[in-house]
Amino acid sequence: MIIKQLSVFLENTAGRLTEVSETLGAHNINMSAFSLADTSEYGILRVIVSDPLSAVECLKEKGFSVSLTDVICLVVPHTPGALSKALRILSDHEISIEYMYAFAVNERASVVIRTDEAEKAVEALQQHKMELMKADDIVF
Amino acid sequence: MIWNERYECMGRDEMTQVQSERLVEMVERIYHNVAFYRRKMQDLGLEPADIKGIEDLKKLPFTTKQDLRDNYPYGLFAVPISEIVRIHASSGTTGQPTVVGYTRKDIGIWSEVVARTLRCAGVDRHDFIQIAYGYGLFTGGLGMHYGSEKLGAAVIPISGGNTQKQLQLMRDFGSTILACTPSYALYLAEAMEESGITPKDLSLRVGIFGAEPWTENMRREIENRLQIKAIDIYGLSEIIGPGVSSECMEQRGLHINEDHFIPEIIDVTTLMPLPIGSKGELVFTTVTKEGLPILRYRTRDLTTLHDDACPCGRTLIRMDKCTGRSDDMLIIRGVNIFPSQIESILLDMGETKPHYLLIVDRINNLDTLEVWVEVEGEYFSDEIRKLEALTAKIRHRMESTLGITVKVKLVEHKTIARSEGKAKRVIDKRNMV
Repeated sequence: MIIKQLSVFLENTAGRLTEVSETLGAHNINMSAFSLADTSEYGILRVIVSDPLSAVECLKEKGFSVSLTDVICLVVPHTPGALSKALRILSDHEISIEYMYAFAVNERASVVIRTDEAEKAVEALQQHKMELMKADDIVF
Repeated sequence: MIWNERYECMGRDEMTQVQSERLVEMVERIYHNVAFYRRKMQDLGLEPADIKGIEDLKKLPFTTKQDLRDNYPYGLFAVPISEIVRIHASSGTTGQPTVVGYTRKDIGIWSEVVARTLRCAGVDRHDFIQIAYGYGLFTGGLGMHYGSEKLGAAVIPISGGNTQKQLQLMRDFGSTILACTPSYALYLAEAMEESGITPKDLSLRVGIFGAEPWTENMRREIENRLQIKAIDIYGLSEIIGPGVSSECMEQRGLHINEDHFIPEIIDVTTLMPLPIGSKGELVFTTVTKEGLPILRYRTRDLTTLHDDACPCGRTLIRMDKCTGRSDDMLIIRGVNIFPSQIESILLDMGETKPHYLLIVDRINNLDTLEVWVEVEGEYFSDEIRKLEALTAKIRHRMESTLGITVKVKLVEHKTIARSEGKAKRVIDKRNMV
């Protein structure tokens, strides 16, 4: 249930993000979800990709600072209050979230969650019959 | 306007005689009292009796900053600790400072040479001297202080920083002399203009500037903006602190107090002494100091010596403004910094790769230091909170070791050029030459 997310450190210079997406494209690596965190000095790109290990390799070759981060991907109904139920479970288990990003299409919403305790989060959410995606489930 | 005419205007033959006598006596002393020098001399097959005058100076071993570190803290002192009345220290590499000690007589010598320096710059007992060099372990503040009191000027011991207070006291107390780093003088000039204070509101006449390299352009700018004469002084704690050499009102090079500190210029590669007028590394032997006498100290400063007559009447040999270093030391806001210090802090922390780049600049007349550090591989967290904590931690460690404000910037892997030989670790944008 734990998914390897690709994280890329980006200096705030023009064209760096373009280079990342071009490099991944050239290696036939698809992106399913991503978020970009920015500070005044740098940005961090977090991406769910079809082949995390190859992505790391080809970006490293291009001189990028990259790493893989464990995340989980939760699926909830696209209805009011659905996400809050899942978050309640995590907070009841004292699992804190570092960051998350989400997208909703039609009836379902997917939420990528980063926590220091991924295993524990998976266990807690599954206990409560929450739906989690496996890496293979993510349709590329 | 000469403080000690006997020594400062001495004929060359007599000066050679004085230096020779003092050198012979000093070598005798250092051989018997400092095990380090005794070993070094024995390794060269030298005994004190082999040194008969300054013509034998070149036979003696060199001393380097590393020797001072290896003998930290008191290993090179030539007197019992009971004779030491003052300790100063310069900022250290990896937390180990260079320590220097003074006997009561040394403090007297120091006051004497600084008094000469001040008189050289036209200071007398009617002056008010605002000492904006840092007081404390740094030799700048207290060195100027004792020399000013010896001369009889009224000392305003304000120390460094606190710019608004500097300006207020400068105006209200009628300071006529300002002693600080040249970059701080320009910073003060800027602050003055912002506060609407003009040179006419002040009584400033002369500035005594040192502790960092500065250019002729900076001198002209300081002289114009503050409407003063800007005098260059030179000193280093290993030799004594301020008072080693100073410009006179002619501004044609810095007169070296060579009856106390014998200068040589050596070739950086062969380490052989060069004739007067050649450019090379400046080396000093202290012949009168008791606490920490030093044989042939390699300053790493590059300069040229001149012995032609100076219209001021002093016969003391002169050195050019230092134009560079034979090592990679940086002087930032008067603080000596070696790139290796940055590297050892990073290695010691073990939370980044030890790839770094130092960007030194002068912004609004103040030196700035920016340290670029690569985030890479296992050290790269994709959580901003952790990256910010890392930046803050690096900054904190650097600031407490180096003693100056540092800006830390995280950069991408391989931003910093790798090199087989000597890596480019420093970009100095200050244009010192």
